[in-house]
Amino acid sequence: MLYSMCFLLFIIGLYCVLVKKNMVKIVLGIVIMEYAVNLFLIMLGYRLGGIAPIIGQNDYASGVVDASFTQASVDPLPQAMVLTAIVISLGSLALMISICIRTYERYGTFDITQIRRLKG
Amino acid sequence: MKGMTIIVKTISSWVKMLVFLFGIYIILFGHITPGGGFAGGVILACSYVLIMLAFGRDYTEENLSLKLASKLDCTGALLFIAIALTGFLYGGFSFFYNFIQQEYFAGKDTAFKLVSAGTIPLSNIAIGLKVGASLFLVLLMLSAFRPGDSSEKES
Amino acid sequence: MEHLEFYILLLFVIIGSLVAVETKNLLSAVICIGAAGFGGSLMFLFLKAPDIAITQIVVEVLALVILIRVTISRDKTFISGDWELIGVIFSVGFLLIIFLAGTKVFDALPEFGSPSFIANNQGDTASQHYIQEGINETGAANIVTSVILDYRAYDTLGEATVLFTSILGAVVILRKQSRNRLETGP
Repeated sequence: MLYSMCFLLFIIGLYCVLVKKNMVKIVLGIVIMEYAVNLFLIMLGYRLGGIAPIIGQNDYASGVVDASFTQASVDPLPQAMVLTAIVISLGSLALMISICIRTYERYGTFDITQIRRLKG
Repeated sequence: MKGMTIIVKTISSWVKMLVFLFGIYIILFGHITPGGGFAGGVILACSYVLIMLAFGRDYTEENLSLKLASKLDCTGALLFIAIALTGFLYGGFSFFYNFIQQEYFAGKDTAFKLVSAGTIPLSNIAIGLKVGASLFLVLLMLSAFRPGDSSEKES
Repeated sequence: MEHLEFYILLLFVIIGSLVAVETKNLLSAVICIGAAGFGGSLMFLFLKAPDIAITQIVVEVLALVILIRVTISRDKTFISGDWELIGVIFSVGFLLIIFLAGTKVFDALPEFGSPSFIANNQGDTASQHYIQEGINETGAANIVTSVILDYRAYDTLGEATVLFTSILGAVVILRKQSRNRLETGP
């Protein structure tokens, strides 16, 4: 059920990209899709009643991690993947926004149906 | 007068140091507590964006100019690669070999200390420098852009 | 009801996204995206991922600044114009088919709350190895940091390259000389 709701969020972003004609709205749709994918990947690694994958001083003694930690920790691998993806999404957002600003400066509108003179 | 009102300027001149310090803390303690280079770098960029929003762009460029920001950006990226290459040359012949931890601290109980984990804090510093400088750079470029100034100014 | 907080937060994110998609004013759309992002950050915190929560919340602030920069002080922040009915109907039908087909895939996934990678505590999967041996092999108490900067540092190198390239592209697009050289060129 939670997975389906996450997929619904992705579908909303895809709808925004497909249907809307405003350039900023299309960028927002891509941002929504990024949220959905990040949330889905983190959900895949969640364990019921889990604890964060950071070892405390009580869980570690002389080279052995306590079994109560290893059997309750959530999956650290999707978190590591998503951590890099979030920062990349900020960089790509800046790139898309700068393209939008340049387009607005040249054509005076955000509407992609009115931008017909594609040149240069 | 550029920037916002006197109230915003006074408050942000107090807060900017705290934000910057918090970013440094997040970077340096990234291997013990939650955080790391990515989050800390973005917080460093946020502190400069706060100055830019409150005092205007000219004041910010006196502190950290465009060229210095791009140099810091390249420095962070090169530092990260240098750490990787040092691990490659030092031994093990594998990229990103954690040579400090594996050669000197293997088997010793150095966990939960600030100076531990070998190259991981150094990599965190490099990543934080890179992310912070590059995000500040793009925000500075976005704020410097005025619509129409490039088409009319041409002589 | 189980995991009630996840349902509430995810519903909040979905409603925020829907309002952002459908509203006419661009500035309010951007602010709704910000609300959805903060809800997502809170959800990361409940999903026991504090690293992601911190990163998401600060990235969201910067993204809001960037997005408000593009929408504010523009002449046309209101969206006008009609929308093509036939295109919208086809798109919605297409997306509905994708959604119904995609929900079948989730039956094959493991149940929420029981991840397959760390289900058996045998230590034979990568994630189990990271949890059990990460602090001995790298010395870092934060396992996520030890994964992204030691075990899988190649990913981080690629990420740094992608970030560098995208920022370079943005700077090249935004700099002042670019249009002048193009238009006064040979």
